[in-house]
Amino acid sequence: MNNPQLDSDGRLRHLLSIEGLPKKILNQILDTAESFVGVAEREVKKVPLLRGKTVCNLFFENSTRTRTTFEIAAKRLSADVISLNVSTSSQSKGETILDTVDNLIAMHADMFVVRHSQSGAAHFIAKHVPEHIHVINAGDGRHSHPTQGLLDMFTIRKYKPDLHNLRVAIVGDVLHSRVARSEIHALTTLGVPEVRVIAPKTLLPTQVEKLGVHVFHDMKAGLKDVDVVMMLRLQNERMNGAMLPSAQEYFKTYGLTQEKLSLAKPDAIVLHPGPMNRGVEIDSSVADGQQSAILPQVTYGIAIRMAVMAMLAGGQISGNLS
Amino acid sequence: MTSEPNNLSNAEDLLKVLAQKLEPLLQNNTALVGIQSGGVWLMQRLLVLLNDTITAKSIQHGTLDVSFYRDDYAKRGLKTENRPSQISFDVENKHIILIDDVFYTGRTTRAAMNELFDYGRPASITLVALVNRGGRELPITPQITAVDITLTADQNLQLTQNADGALRLELKSALQSTHQAHHSHE
Repeated sequence: MNNPQLDSDGRLRHLLSIEGLPKKILNQILDTAESFVGVAEREVKKVPLLRGKTVCNLFFENSTRTRTTFEIAAKRLSADVISLNVSTSSQSKGETILDTVDNLIAMHADMFVVRHSQSGAAHFIAKHVPEHIHVINAGDGRHSHPTQGLLDMFTIRKYKPDLHNLRVAIVGDVLHSRVARSEIHALTTLGVPEVRVIAPKTLLPTQVEKLGVHVFHDMKAGLKDVDVVMMLRLQNERMNGAMLPSAQEYFKTYGLTQEKLSLAKPDAIVLHPGPMNRGVEIDSSVADGQQSAILPQVTYGIAIRMAVMAMLAGGQISGNLS
Repeated sequence: MTSEPNNLSNAEDLLKVLAQKLEPLLQNNTALVGIQSGGVWLMQRLLVLLNDTITAKSIQHGTLDVSFYRDDYAKRGLKTENRPSQISFDVENKHIILIDDVFYTGRTTRAAMNELFDYGRPASITLVALVNRGGRELPITPQITAVDITLTADQNLQLTQNADGALRLELKSALQSTHQAHHSHE
């Protein structure tokens, strides 16, 4: 099966999921992002790479943070950005996704950033668009959220440069989490030797071990000597039926407190993709504490999104060069 | 001074010439900026040479990777290796000495100037190149060079750095051409 994410020369054409991307491309994105971190610290927080390009944020599902960081990233690359909250516009009048996309292509959009509650939505659009148009998945259903996975890797690498020597724990609602899937694929592809998932049985997909992770149901055992704790948001809005007794009960068993964190290595860092449920999956003292890298994640997220857009938009006609 | 093509191999001598020419330009608010990668190697060597000869003990300096400002980006895309630009001093009102290894079309210089202005408004920019190989395509030319020569479009002159840090110029010809670099005056 050919990989819709790569062109015939093996370069990134769309970013749809971490799964299926070679280590080389992941590292290239992380290395390119390194160069973009400094842009935000300058007098003029812009580079001219995407000057004259139009980036369309197509959000069929709400997400303030992801949409904002994509918007800032595109603007810092000098692109023109249009953010459409599609759930409140044409879709509610009955227009199909592809009609929406075709209309935006007719307006000469160059790149789509897509967030949708259905898994595979970004793939679907990527298959449909002409060759010069690029699609970035900004989260589709339970499937994938590749830029989140990448920014997490970037953050980890900033604090712990040697990924080949790490023990990483992912804690919480793995079942409903596209972030967890992207993180697991990214960690294993980049060669992190030990990836753990910590969750109650009801919040784990069946056969999660096949992704190459070690499963723990006891948080204290799972956090022992880890270098990185990646918390997941408890997906209240996706929780149908009684998977959990109560939020309070969950916090008692799987909420990250200072006490539980003390079982990890003393220099362990804590990540969370946001938005946080304080007092449900994470205690405020941890979220705001010394070991928290949660706000740096947001900052690095912009650099990662700039890197992805820059790589997609550049070099598409190199075949014409000698 | 005229230059024979085989003089090119001696980048180390050219570097000393460059340092001598550069010395009178240094003032209190001068800063050196090297363009990746050859310009950065030159800058690092120049810092040592200039600090030895003058009293200005610490010359402010930085590096630029102009990848994000290149006019051929849409065609070529990003290099797989980018090095972040590092300008840790305030560019505002500085006299910037911009250092490149081989001056050719002027497009790199244009990109570098555009990037510099995103850090602030310098008092002046002086362009310094080890070699001006001729062939500019823009109204830009270096003010200070160690040597000026004329190469044809199929010749490629590159500065390389040995493992021991020594600099070397390599002349490659795509067509194995017998063209010789023309003599010219500095």
